[in-house]
Amino acid sequence: MKIHEYQAKELLKKFNIPIQDGIVVEEKGQIEAAIDQVASQFNTTQFVIKAQIHAGGRGKGGGVKFCPTRESAIEHANNILGMQLITHQTTAEGQKVNKIMVAEALDIEKEFYVAITLDRSTGQNVFMVSTEGGVEIEEVAESNPDAIQKVWVEASTGLLPFQARQLAYALGLEGQQFKQASKLFMNLYTCYVKSDASIAEVNPLVVTTQGNVVALDAKFNFDTNALYRQKDIVAMRDLEEEDPTEVEADKFNLNYIKLDGNVGCMVNGAGLAMGTMDIIKLKGGEPANFLDVGGGANVDTVKNGFKIILSDKNVKAVLINIFGGIVRCDRVANGIIQAVSELDLNVPIVVRLAGTNADIAKELLENSDVELIAAESLEEAAEKVVAQVTA
Amino acid sequence: MSILINKDSKIIVQGITGTEGSFHAGQCLDYAGNVVGGVTPGKGGQTALDGRVPVFNTCREARAKVGANVSLIFVPPAFAADAIMEAADAGIELAVCITEGIPVDDMVKVYEYLENKTTRLVGPNCPGLLTPGEAKVGIMPGFIAKPGRIGVISKSGTLTYEAVHQLCAEGMGQSTCVGIGGDPIIGTKMIDLLQLFQEDPDTDAIVMIGEIGGSMEIEAAEYVKAHITKPVVGFIAGQTAPEGRRMGHAGAIVSGADESAAAKMAVMRSCGINVVDSPSEIGKTMKAALAKVAA
Repeated sequence: MKIHEYQAKELLKKFNIPIQDGIVVEEKGQIEAAIDQVASQFNTTQFVIKAQIHAGGRGKGGGVKFCPTRESAIEHANNILGMQLITHQTTAEGQKVNKIMVAEALDIEKEFYVAITLDRSTGQNVFMVSTEGGVEIEEVAESNPDAIQKVWVEASTGLLPFQARQLAYALGLEGQQFKQASKLFMNLYTCYVKSDASIAEVNPLVVTTQGNVVALDAKFNFDTNALYRQKDIVAMRDLEEEDPTEVEADKFNLNYIKLDGNVGCMVNGAGLAMGTMDIIKLKGGEPANFLDVGGGANVDTVKNGFKIILSDKNVKAVLINIFGGIVRCDRVANGIIQAVSELDLNVPIVVRLAGTNADIAKELLENSDVELIAAESLEEAAEKVVAQVTA
Repeated sequence: MSILINKDSKIIVQGITGTEGSFHAGQCLDYAGNVVGGVTPGKGGQTALDGRVPVFNTCREARAKVGANVSLIFVPPAFAADAIMEAADAGIELAVCITEGIPVDDMVKVYEYLENKTTRLVGPNCPGLLTPGEAKVGIMPGFIAKPGRIGVISKSGTLTYEAVHQLCAEGMGQSTCVGIGGDPIIGTKMIDLLQLFQEDPDTDAIVMIGEIGGSMEIEAAEYVKAHITKPVVGFIAGQTAPEGRRMGHAGAIVSGADESAAAKMAVMRSCGINVVDSPSEIGKTMKAALAKVAA
């Protein structure tokens, strides 16, 4: 689960991490008052207007503007609030900017990259810093990996003070900035663990000309498995940032991701769902979605699955591929028949059931009143469904 | 023969009195008869599965009284990490955790806890293991598999069934099938199982099924090149999966590896693995690979 920059900063603040502060505005009528308040509260005459969307690349897309005067701040704030912001991480239509942050402008001396995430290969959290802040850190990782300093954290001890010092030294910091950064790293690690984050990234962390170490921007991602114990984090979820169909699928406990093709897929299990998409593509079709209906494909899951898949108007045919393990295929077949007869469907449906009682299931499908195209193997199913959309 | 589990395994089920736990414990007992008990704190002294097996309060008690050496875990996500560590503390040799949705931070702690224990963990969030005809420790449907000489390693549940189904259709049974799970932190990785299958005299060839994300398949492929003499057939699910609208850059710069299906498949091919583009080719490709060895 992702959150906005302003929410990430609120979270950092709770853990005593200095941030570039500001005020969030949702309505154009409040812009001027917000700018005046930022000016007085943070004692500044210069501002940064920052679009609050989850996608990265906001600056390049025109969603972050430095404003040397009150007038320019008003102008940029009015332009950015409500715009469709297109970045390399949004869809082609972009994401509507419903909130902006009017932030204090800081005079920056140095920029660093700071992040914590899980290192799957060691099973430990890894704390990474780099002096190459504010730039494309992936390029740094590739061209100059030594410029990224990494420290692995043991679960039982957490980040140790000497490790925080190592990180601060790696950034070449001294004196007050060294002390501030070491403390900030300890706090950031605590924040990461206590909030069950999967990524905590401060990019850039800056040293101001006044000598303060401050988080200028922050991104968080949270472990969805842990949300049950993170009520404050869940409260920050912004459904407007998510695909409405995916939100709807989530309500039905279905795992759905929309794609650009026209062959809808309904499969049990994520791996088989991806495998099914792969074979559709190999047979010359384009999958319209990923949909994992989970273990027990019954009437309700199949019905809800259809509703979700067919809400995408591009879908011209649907492939149902269920490998009945513990669930018997004849039951799944009956569920499909009932769901299809109750819903008024106008696209061809190819059904492939394998596993327990697959033979009985195939007979049920072939003898039912509803129009279904039965297939035996995965390959046959893919060929049949692709034939339907290319015919 | 087989790896990790066989007819002599003494299996207990942690969470045996829950809905999922009791259903699958019953299936495992019916399959091979080697489920010897269960653990549910507070229900020690009772019986489960219609009186067929005793219930204990702790794993230590289960190990002492019925000699359990394998534990199958069906404990809810919030308590599953604790259950795994309890099995390890009791000296259970193999803990298989089916539970889906365990917080990653809990697993970080488990991973470290297991470092100086003798217990091997398989999972979490996996379908478990199946040695056809001998033992079932998990939720794989027993009837789809047949005893034989192919080892199966997979990150995915139903895709494993698909592979096993195809192998059987081509007349090839399995020595042991292992679903390792696709969570960020898992106890047993592909490399561990490749080694076990290589050493197992009754396994002739290996099927390895991976997914996009992580770098485990790349490490496994390099291991195959260096250490595995038996034929390996591989598939990576997710060639058509869209690149996620990533958040931040931290994930990509940790491993430095390309985690896409195409990149993994290319490395696997270069390491001598018979990689199939289509998941429907697993069985046929294995048959051809074995015929080549025999020739």
